[in-house]
Amino acid sequence: MSILSKLKETIVCLKAGRVTLPYPAQPQPVPPKFRGRPIFDVAKCTGCGGCANNCPAREILVLDVCQEIRILKYLGRRCAYCGRCAELCPEKAITMSHEFENATNSIGDIGQKLELFMSTCQRCGRCFKEPSPLEQLKMKGYRFDDLQNERWIFRSQSYLENEPVADDIKIEMV
Amino acid sequence: MLKNLCKKMFGRSLWVYHANSGGCNGCDIEVLNVLTPYYDAERFGIKLVGSPRHADVMLCQGPAMRSTAKALKRAYEAMPAPKLVFAIGSCACGGGLWFDSYSVIGPVEKIIPVNYYIPGCPPRPEAIIYGVAVALGLVEKKTAPVQLKQLEYPIPQYHPSDLHVRDEMVVYEKLEKI
Repeated sequence: MSILSKLKETIVCLKAGRVTLPYPAQPQPVPPKFRGRPIFDVAKCTGCGGCANNCPAREILVLDVCQEIRILKYLGRRCAYCGRCAELCPEKAITMSHEFENATNSIGDIGQKLELFMSTCQRCGRCFKEPSPLEQLKMKGYRFDDLQNERWIFRSQSYLENEPVADDIKIEMV
Repeated sequence: MLKNLCKKMFGRSLWVYHANSGGCNGCDIEVLNVLTPYYDAERFGIKLVGSPRHADVMLCQGPAMRSTAKALKRAYEAMPAPKLVFAIGSCACGGGLWFDSYSVIGPVEKIIPVNYYIPGCPPRPEAIIYGVAVALGLVEKKTAPVQLKQLEYPIPQYHPSDLHVRDEMVVYEKLEKI
C-alpha cells in the first residue's frame, strides 16, 4: 500500500514538471502595476515639499540651506513603497519604478539627495509660490530637518528652542 | 579528497535562522516563500534551522521593539562566531512606519550589527534571493547613492543701494547675476 502511494506521489510530481524559476541567472519580470523604488526627477521638481509632508514613514527630509537652495533627501530605508508621494506630486516628478533588487551592505546606498534651486521674490528676497492647491499641503516657512541624524522635524520651533523661529520677513514700509 | 569536495560544495551553504522581533508577519511569509519549490533556495545550500546555535545567518524581520530587543540580542549572541545578519523589510532596515512610537526602539541595527539590508514592504522573494546572492558574491549590488542638482538659472538680483535717480527716472546701476 505504501509503495503504491509513493508511486502515485511520483506520478503527481512528474505531471507537475519543473516549477523552479531560474531566478538569479535570468531576470524575473514583475507585474505591470508593481511599485518599486521611487525615482525622483530633479528637472521637474519644484521643491514644494508635499511629498515630505505627506510621507507616512516621514523619510523625505527637507533642509533649507539658504534662500535659493533647498535640499530634499530621500532616505529609502523605511520606505513602504506606498506610492503616496508619486500620487500627490503636482509635477509628477516622482515615479514608482520596477526596481526591487535593492539589497545592499550599506543602507546609505538607497538614498537620493536632490539639491533644488528656489527662485526668490525680488522685493523681499524670500522664496515664493503661487496660491494653488498646494496650500493644502501645509508647507509654511522654513524647515530644519536633521540630515546628520536622519531625523524628521516637522515644526522648526521644536528644533530651535532658544533661537528665534524663522518667520516671515516683515517688509518695512517707510 | 571527499572532505575537500565537501568543502568546495558546501563551503557556502548558509543555515538561516529566522528571527521576528515584532513584525507584521508579511516578511515571514515572503521568507517562507523563498524556501518553496518555486524559488528553491536549497539550490544555494540555504536551509532553515530552528535554533540560533545551528545558524550562520540571522534573518531579522520587524523593528527592534522594547519588549523583544533583549531576546534578539541573546539570540544573536548564541550564534557561532562567523555570523551574518540580514535585515529584511523596511521595519528591520529603518524602523518601519511606526519608527517613532513608544514601543519601537528603531531599526535592528541599534541592537545588533547588520551586514546586509533588503528593503521592501515586504520585499519580493526574488529580492530576498538577490540579497543572499549579493552576500554569496554571485551577483553585484545594483544600488548606489544618488545625488542630483538642479541647474541654477541666472536671475538678476536688485539691491536698493544700486538704485540711482537719473533724469526723473530710477535706474538700476548694475545687474548682478547669481
